[in-house]
Amino acid sequence: MLRVEGLSVRQPATGRTLLSEVSFDVAPGESVAIVGESGSGKSLTARAVLGLLPAGLAASGLVEVGGRRVDDDPRAQRRQRGSTVSLLMQDPFTLLNPLRKAGKQIADGLPRGADPKTEVPRLLAEVGLPADVAGRYPFQLSGGMRQRVGLAAALAAAPRVLLADEPTTALDATTQREVLALIRRVQRERDMTFLLITHDLRLAFSMCDRVVVMYAGRVMEVGRAADLRREQRHPYTRALLAAEPPADRRLAAIPAVPGSVPAHDAVAGQCAFTDRCSLALAECRASVPPLRPAGDAGRLSACVRAGDLPAAPAPPLGVAAPVRTASEPVLDLRGLRKTFPGSARPALAGVSLTVAPGEIVAVVGESGSGKTTLARCVTGLERPDAGTILLGGRDCSDYARMSREAVRQARRTAQMIFQDPYSTLNPARTVGATLKEALVADGRPADVAALMELVGLDPALAALRPANLSGGERQRVAIARAVAGEPALLVCDEPVSALDVSVQAQVLGLLAGLRERLSTGMLFITHDLAVVRQLADRLYVLKAGECVESGPVDRVLDEPAHPYTRDLLASVPDGTSRWPG
Amino acid sequence: MGWGRFALRRLAGTAVVVLLLSAGVFGLLYLAPGSVQQTLLGTRPATAETIAAIQARYHLGDPVTVQYLRWFGDVLRGDLGTSIRTGAPVSGMLADRVPLTLALTAYGTLLAALAGIPLGVLGALRRGRAADRLVVTAGVAGLSAPPFAVGLLLLVVFAGWLGWFPGYGTGEGLADQLWHLTLPAAALAVGAVGMLLRFSRAALVRELDQDYVVFARARGLAAPVVLGYALRNSLVPMLTAAGLVVTGMLAGTVLVEVVFALPGLGSLLVDSVTFKDVPVVQALALLLTLLIAAVNLLVDIGYALADPRVRLGGGAS
Repeated sequence: MLRVEGLSVRQPATGRTLLSEVSFDVAPGESVAIVGESGSGKSLTARAVLGLLPAGLAASGLVEVGGRRVDDDPRAQRRQRGSTVSLLMQDPFTLLNPLRKAGKQIADGLPRGADPKTEVPRLLAEVGLPADVAGRYPFQLSGGMRQRVGLAAALAAAPRVLLADEPTTALDATTQREVLALIRRVQRERDMTFLLITHDLRLAFSMCDRVVVMYAGRVMEVGRAADLRREQRHPYTRALLAAEPPADRRLAAIPAVPGSVPAHDAVAGQCAFTDRCSLALAECRASVPPLRPAGDAGRLSACVRAGDLPAAPAPPLGVAAPVRTASEPVLDLRGLRKTFPGSARPALAGVSLTVAPGEIVAVVGESGSGKTTLARCVTGLERPDAGTILLGGRDCSDYARMSREAVRQARRTAQMIFQDPYSTLNPARTVGATLKEALVADGRPADVAALMELVGLDPALAALRPANLSGGERQRVAIARAVAGEPALLVCDEPVSALDVSVQAQVLGLLAGLRERLSTGMLFITHDLAVVRQLADRLYVLKAGECVESGPVDRVLDEPAHPYTRDLLASVPDGTSRWPG
Repeated sequence: MGWGRFALRRLAGTAVVVLLLSAGVFGLLYLAPGSVQQTLLGTRPATAETIAAIQARYHLGDPVTVQYLRWFGDVLRGDLGTSIRTGAPVSGMLADRVPLTLALTAYGTLLAALAGIPLGVLGALRRGRAADRLVVTAGVAGLSAPPFAVGLLLLVVFAGWLGWFPGYGTGEGLADQLWHLTLPAAALAVGAVGMLLRFSRAALVRELDQDYVVFARARGLAAPVVLGYALRNSLVPMLTAAGLVVTGMLAGTVLVEVVFALPGLGSLLVDSVTFKDVPVVQALALLLTLLIAAVNLLVDIGYALADPRVRLGGGAS
């Protein structure tokens, strides 16, 4: 139904190659996942299939859709879009035209002659939405509803192939599960061919029959989901799977892959993973290893050692979270309340929590739970309506009414790490200048090199500006800036959710190490229960501004008492085909 | 939030702006060099009686706030005072000249929109190619040309050498008037074309890169429908540009009306300033303030029409 052979994507203006020799096929009715981290070329592959590459990129190689070769025929490709092959995109907040009612947008895609009055409600019903959604603008819908409208619009012209590019990455965990279950149901009912683009290997195992693993613009391994889940025939697939932390047990250490994903051209003429591979041989650098059959039926691997890879180590056993002795809390929140003007519902409806020195306390919740507002209140970026915030025993409930000296003291006690490493650093300053400023502000000697080594950065990077760093390096700089004054409390707002899996493991390891070395308490805001399991000692589950459950991590995650916590746990992909249900 | 509340809020905002600016306009009397009596006397002989008459008529003995309130009260009743230069009521002078300036501005805006927006759209659709570069260069040239210089150039070429258009005057009857106004409107429009072109091109280029455009193409919508999506979304920045263009043009009429010898508000302003005819200058400043406030109000209403999020009070996303 869909065949891609020797697909390469280049940027003629710069001579860069982004994707080379990508080949795979999808049988009618089959579901295949393309899995990879950022820079792997997975999204470009989907765009090339549709003939919708971003401006300035050119594809070569064979693309066949529905038995018809289309790579050399842009008009055929245009005719096929919608009716033969359609795409569902990642961000529900940007994929719909903000100025057009949902129903009209769906109707725009209907084939000629179809009656919108009957077809639009039918499509909405198919994606589980009431008919009155048709009359609403996208901004009046939630993220999950928008993604459902997107699905209805993508299905309007009854495509035989559906491409979905990270369709649920921007959604909350519970919503993600619902939308994925919906996509799978629709795919089966319509007997559509399905190509899923995702960064999450477990999600791919659950959703698809076969999986294609990509890295730095090349295919590394192909295999049936069940086989691949059982045994990986490429070290990269292994590393990717290992770096994804499990939610059901705590590991002594998350196996992190050193380094980050290279650019395609930086690893031309060799196996792209060599530099990060612990099993590399000299011949891995000699040439690009081709994709060859390896082991069971349909399995392909681009590893020269695919045949003689040592058996994968058994999944590491869980360890118990270390018990910490209770001591005077560094952060003590009592009955925190906050309602934003114009909002009917409070963002925080009386939340109390404590963080002891050296303790990592996770606050878990979905969007709208108030978890970010909580973090911003603690660091004085937001003023609570009621309740007290005690930082190191001092009352910091209202930064506006504190003396300058008290604010200084509070800022030295609590520092914050933000989610997006791309916007948290001043792009005009070098890393060295940023860190020096943080050290001097705290009255410390400006030993930038020591600080960079503390967070595992090469001191040579001090001369660079953020634009020249990878996402993981930027987040390390942000962490270094926050810990420059050795604060007693670090407030981390989703510090790893914008990072690739392999980099996420590194940063989690770094945070765990910093806690030990500096005995910093951490308030860790996240939506990811797997991350909580690996890192935190205690956890608070927030829902709509209220704490519904709290306690030691192992107890809460092993025996959740509140139905909402159980929902959240059930939303973590487990890699089996029973999920998402 | 309904339409009623929206309109009410914007109207109230406009009223506050006009009120604040009216105080500034009244202050013009005091900012003019020399004493207030001298200014109000103008070219008349300064005898003791005339000074006393001026003092009594303008209540110069009262505190400034009382003077301002009295002046503003008169303005609200439609009494803008008497011209020092001609001795005629100012309101009548304005009424004679407003239509021409409004027509000139409207004509200029229309020409600018008809040329600028399609060229901007063309540039955005042919991004990076020869046609786009030509359009962008033309935009820069238009933006950097001062209207009076363009006016003189147009006069020399089209009225002098070619003789296609008249060089001055307003003409009789609609067709003739349009014919007379074409050159001045074109002179005003040249800079505005550059501005509209740049705004509409930049807005459309940004919108064409958005996810919803890619998504619309990916699900097979016809090219005109996709362009419609993007155009509708670039309407807000285009409206902003249009508002700036209209207000800029109102100011530009001052020079262009002088160049083309047109009896509009602009030439009246120049004459009045030359003669230190303060009541007329005050009235003109107030009128221009009102016109510009009205344009901004229209643009605000345009935003709400173009974007349901403004009207219905939606979030940022």
